[in-house]
Amino acid sequence: MASSIPASRTDRPVSPWGEAWRRFRRHRMAVFSLGVLAALVAAVVLGPFAWHVPIDAIDFSATTQGPSAAHPFGTDDLGQDLLARMLYGGRISLAVGIAAMGMAVLVGVTIGALAGISRGPVDAALMWVTDLFLSLPQLPLLLLLIYLFREPLKAVFGPEGGVFVMIVLVIGCFGWMQVARLVRAQFFSLREKEFVEAARALGATTTRVVWRHILPNALGPVIVAGTINVAAAIIAESTLSFLGLGFPPDIPTWGRLLFDSKDHLDIAAHWALFPGGAIFLTVMAINFVGDGLRDALDPRRIL
Amino acid sequence: MGAFVLRRLALAVPSLLGISIVLFTVLALAPGDPFAELATNSNVPPEVRVHLRASLGLDDPVALRYVHWLVAMLRGDWGFSFISRIDVATLIWQRVPVTLALIGSSQLLALAIALPVGTLSAVRPYSWFDRIASTIALAGFSLPTFFTGILLILVFSIKLDWLPFVYRSDVEATGWHAVAEHVRQSIMPVVVLGLFQGAGWTRYVRSAVLDVVRLDHVTTARSKGLAERVVVTRHVLRNALIPVVTLVALQMPTVFGGAIVTEQIFRIPGIGSLLIDAILRNDTPVIMGITFVFSVLVILFNLVADLLYGLLDPRIAYR
Repeated sequence: MASSIPASRTDRPVSPWGEAWRRFRRHRMAVFSLGVLAALVAAVVLGPFAWHVPIDAIDFSATTQGPSAAHPFGTDDLGQDLLARMLYGGRISLAVGIAAMGMAVLVGVTIGALAGISRGPVDAALMWVTDLFLSLPQLPLLLLLIYLFREPLKAVFGPEGGVFVMIVLVIGCFGWMQVARLVRAQFFSLREKEFVEAARALGATTTRVVWRHILPNALGPVIVAGTINVAAAIIAESTLSFLGLGFPPDIPTWGRLLFDSKDHLDIAAHWALFPGGAIFLTVMAINFVGDGLRDALDPRRIL
Repeated sequence: MGAFVLRRLALAVPSLLGISIVLFTVLALAPGDPFAELATNSNVPPEVRVHLRASLGLDDPVALRYVHWLVAMLRGDWGFSFISRIDVATLIWQRVPVTLALIGSSQLLALAIALPVGTLSAVRPYSWFDRIASTIALAGFSLPTFFTGILLILVFSIKLDWLPFVYRSDVEATGWHAVAEHVRQSIMPVVVLGLFQGAGWTRYVRSAVLDVVRLDHVTTARSKGLAERVVVTRHVLRNALIPVVTLVALQMPTVFGGAIVTEQIFRIPGIGSLLIDAILRNDTPVIMGITFVFSVLVILFNLVADLLYGLLDPRIAYR
């Protein structure tokens, strides 16, 4: 009972999330990365309110200029301000990453939970589909899907919305497999645990057992996988834009800026370095945060 | 072993079928008629168009169309490019060796980095070497191939002017000079792809070795007085490699994605850059052909990994 534990350790009850935060803080790079990430998000969300230069103001008297006071990140071949374009593009890159992650996690948790709770043929069939998706050549298929479905979606959602919806759907469609496998594995071990058995014995329905007892306990690895998924989705979107097949030229996502810059590397290195650096910084920060979360949310690890 | 190989081959068939179904569904769901070009062309009378549709089986039931399509795909009968009017199969097979050479050499580079670095990290976990290597691996893993490519071009082609940044298949030299020139222009693409893969694999090798190094048989080997080198290579690595092989096979689709990007950056005439060109020019038969080739290659590499798996772990082959 509580009285048998030394008083100094029980005076403040520690919630599971408090404990996770304590573990997370021990990973110094992860905490630092969380700060970097917060700064990046704040910059792209709030930046356009502070930096009023329009993203498409063409100025032929100042083309491919290096960083200066008027243009902190320099200009491109049309004299457009790169800082303004990067702030705008960053919003889209981050939004794509988060939305695609949301979709991947939703699909992954659904399929993983279905496979994990129903044994036998349903599980086998779902896992076959998962393995199949894992062995699909993703980038060629992404390109094929975009090539085939770009026009009709543009007609439904408008030029920007159409590309956004399509890219999120397509990237999400190729990101759920790891989540599904993790959730299934968690279900397999959790559903044999005593507390689940107890809930069953008390008359809980399968739905209630899944929602109230198994899913919350299976969340840790899903959060870690979801974090990594954001990074993967940002890279996927940048790759598509870099190949010239993502967002249209008037939407300067970071990958698109790199695509535009690659024929001017000899005269305007800054044009490639800033967006490329932004992608690298964001992805690395997310990966480090994922690493820290792994330490924080794995209850078997003693820290 | 023979039965094991046959069983694995048999298992590859359903995945090939599955992938072909996905491909066909995408194609069948895609809006737009492949004959739109003919429909708007006023020189083609409607009855000819209807006849053409019927002769090509476009009005058949879906299942029948799928079977026809699959048989044609498997026979290498992929149609003609809209743009160059060349047989798609010829066009692709000209370019496949370049892509395979790029992927193969970059994988070798990745393994040459990942195996020693990952093992050394895991043998002395949390040492300064491990910390630095893990941090660099995570950074390298976060550097997308397109940005590494641009960075290398900036440094080695533009600033230092050491290496060419456009791959040329028609080198003007002959003999050894031509070989040297080919090697010189392959350095950057191979390094870009190899470093990215190597960084990811270093993490896998490290965690796999870390799992094995604590096992009892390693302690036994050490207490027998075996040299540390022998313990690591014979007793640790061989066991640690088993999960690594699986992960490497799972990474194959990513590798192909990286190859497409790398070929595009350095203008290497492989199937990746052919795919991008075909998409930019709406050359549907070429796009389909290349996607199919990539799918088959992924399955092939998975099969190779499975066989390697059996070779490394006899328990699996004889189960």
